[in-house]
Parts: sequence; C-alpha cells; structure tokens
Amino acid sequence: MSENVLHSPLEAAHLALGAKLIPFGGWAMPVQYTSILNEHAAVREKVGAFDISHMGQVFVTGENHIAWLDRLLTNCISKLQPGEGQYTMMLNEKGGVIDDLIAYRISADETFLVINASMIPEDVAWMEKHLASGVSLRNESDAWAGLAIQGPDAVATFSKLFSNETLPPRNGISKTAGGEIICRTGYTGEDGFEFFCPAAEGIEFFNAFINAGATPCGLGARDTLRLEMCYPLNGNDLSPERSPIEAGLGFFCDLEKPEFIGREVLLNQKQNGPAFKLTAIEVIEKGPPPRSHYPVLSESGEVLGELSSGVLSPTLGKGIAMAYLPAAYTKIGTSLKIDVRGRQFAAVTVKKPFLKSTQSSKKASA
Amino acid sequence: MSASEIPADLLFQNSHEWARIDGDIATVGISDHAQAELTDVVFVELPPIGKTVDAGDPTAVVESVKAASDIYSPLSGEVVEVNPAVEGDPSLVNTAPYGDGWIFKIKISKPDQIAGLLTPSAYGTLIG
Repeated sequence: MSENVLHSPLEAAHLALGAKLIPFGGWAMPVQYTSILNEHAAVREKVGAFDISHMGQVFVTGENHIAWLDRLLTNCISKLQPGEGQYTMMLNEKGGVIDDLIAYRISADETFLVINASMIPEDVAWMEKHLASGVSLRNESDAWAGLAIQGPDAVATFSKLFSNETLPPRNGISKTAGGEIICRTGYTGEDGFEFFCPAAEGIEFFNAFINAGATPCGLGARDTLRLEMCYPLNGNDLSPERSPIEAGLGFFCDLEKPEFIGREVLLNQKQNGPAFKLTAIEVIEKGPPPRSHYPVLSESGEVLGELSSGVLSPTLGKGIAMAYLPAAYTKIGTSLKIDVRGRQFAAVTVKKPFLKSTQSSKKASA
Repeated sequence: MSASEIPADLLFQNSHEWARIDGDIATVGISDHAQAELTDVVFVELPPIGKTVDAGDPTAVVESVKAASDIYSPLSGEVVEVNPAVEGDPSLVNTAPYGDGWIFKIKISKPDQIAGLLTPSAYGTLIG
C-alpha cells in the first residue's frame, strides 16, 4: 500500500481481530475478518459491525444553508424536519453524479452530510466553490469514527449499550446524552444504524458492539450486501458521466425544485427517456461470478456495455450484476450474455432489487 | 501453517500450487496457505481434458467472493483428468486443499522440471 494511504482510527482493533486490510478510496480498510460469506450471513440473520470511519462528515450551518443545499443537492432538504434524513446526490452541470450522500437535519440550523471516503476532497472543494453568503461548512471527517451496526438484531444490540436511549425512526438522526450521533440508515437492506463518535473513542465503541453480539464485518460483505439491494457504489455504478435518471435514482431528485445544479439535464432525460439505464442482471447459467468490467452482450452477440458491479450473491446463490445498457435492452426479462474470459453465460434483466428487503415485514410483525 | 503440517509427498511452486507425482501423472491443487488467503472459494473453472500446457501456464481459475485467481500448472504436460467435485462444491478447495479439493491431473511431458519444484520444507519457509 502506498505511503499516502489513510488509516482508520479503528485499525489496531481490525488487526487484533485478524482482518485483511485492502486499499479502498485512499484508505486501508478491512475487506474481511474471517469470511465474507459468514460476515454477509451475520448481517442478514443477526447483526454485524462495519467500520465506516473512512466516510466523510460535513456539517453545514448558517441562516441560508437550507436554501443553499437545495440548490446543491438533488433531493429536497427543505422538506426535512429536524431529526430526519434523506438520500441525495451532488451533480455536476452535465447532470452527472459527483457523489451520493445522506443529508440529515440535526436541528433547525444545522445539517449533517455523510459523504463517500474517496470523494471527501472533491466534494468539499465543490461545496466551497459554490458557497453562498449565510452558509458555513465544517469538514470534520478526521474527527469522527464511524460504525454501521446492521442486521435484524441491531436494535437489541443498541439497547445493550444504550439502555436509556431510543433509536431514531427510519432515516432519522439523533444524538445520545454523550454526544454520539445515531443515524437510522445503512447500506445493507437490513434494519440498523450508523454511529459516529470522536475518533479516539472509536475502538472502544467498536469492541463494545462486538462484545454485545455484533460480528465484525469488512468491505467484502458490505459490497455483497449492498449489491443484493441494488444500492449503487460511487465509482462503480455512479459516475460524473451518468445521471441519477440513468442510474434509476430519479426518486431522489426533486424536479419540482426551481433550481439545482444539473436539473435541466435531468428534466430533459426524464421527459425524453434516458438513452441508457442502470439495469439489474441475473446470471441464469451456472458459471463464474460476474464482476465489474465484464462485457455485456445482446442475445445476438452485440456488445452493449460492461458490468458496473457484479458478485455471486451469497443469499441467492447466483450471479447478480448491474450495467448501464441501451434503453432498448432494459425491459425486465430481456435475454443477455455476459462474457467471462472469452466464454459467454446466459443472463436476464430483472426487477430491482435482487433481494426484496425484509425490513418492512419484520417491522410489521415486531 | 508450519512446514511439518504440509503433506510430505507434495512438491510446490512459488505461486502456491502443489503437485503430487505418481509415475508420469501429477495431481495439482492449491496450498492450504493459498486457500486461507483466498477464503470462500465460490467457483472453480476447470481446464478442458486434452489441453496441453507448459509449466507456468494459467490452467484453471479459482474464484473467491472478491477475486478471480489463475492457477498455474507446476509442470508441462497434457490435462488428463479434472476434479468434477470442486465444480459442484468449490468449498472443497478450502476444506480439503490437499485431498478432495484437488483441481486437475496432467500427464508429465518434461520430468526434468520436477527437480525445480519446492520441497514441503522449502515451501514452508517461503510462506513463513
């Protein structure tokens, strides 16, 4: 790993647990502790703990900050009440995705942004370039450790550590008496929360969640879990050359807003239909796991594009992938082929997500 | 894994494949160290029977959740048999790397190459 690689405040704990570290977004992060398959299963069936300290934290304040964020981001911040959060995106003038993020209104006068690790410098530079009067930014990415506690037992795990606290509702945010930030969000499709504390306290909380029953989980399981849900990964499934409309994320773009960066392009694509769409693909022939950059072909053998993400789904036991395909090939049930080292395997476009979220049904029965 | 736990009848190459020589046939698999590094083998791509390979040629592919890794033939020869069991249950490569998790067999065409392979103790030193 290069000398410029950044280190999580939890690194000593990862190494003590036998984690394998890999470079990711400029950081040395655990890809797995024991087994991606076991860690994946722990999150689907019980509860897992991920280090997300590499992700960035930006606090936005000032009397004009809500209106400013509404011009900077695709979703509608002004619809949020204090304590609520939303998935949103920051676009360039061409409507391409710079970053996807979650914006939480901590209070009437402060909004908390959680951004992707690899994009921290670029996001902050973009925000500063577009800064308006009455708006202040604080990039506190180095100050916070982050943990994602995910899985059907996440709520019970939280209660073991914080017996006097209540988790915020889905997508919500709250602070504990001790000042830690709790967000009821995640990247796995399971119930759970994301937890931010001062960097120096990260290891203590990480170990406490593990002692409370959470399985330490690495980026390998994080990737298989998110892809089963069709959650995009910036750099794979999102890029400055692709818009949220093409990515199928139009739901998170409020075109009713009079202006935001990239709006005109999205409006046009929405009216005319995008030329390409990020499409969910299932491999139907037994074969090697699909992976990013493998070519995608039509049934007649024409190269249509390449996979943006792909994996052998641990839950479903079959190859799942996403790719930007010409609109004519994106109808559900379209036969495709995926080229793996010169051999072609039959695949078909399917409805997103691959795995229907178990969250709502679990909540209903709880 | 210490050298003493590596079966004594195997020879190795630096890229972590082993060969078990029986007459002019070599059975090939990957080492316990290699399977532990890969973890969770989910797919094995076997070579076609009859394929002629040179020592060092990528001959099979072992895939974990995260990555696809080429398996290089330790010796030159012709592929005469493949292990269908690892196609059906790729995790055999993890659970029995020196036994039921073998990958292919070749008919050795250049027996003098055998002397260039690593003994179990030399391989044990390599992986530390």
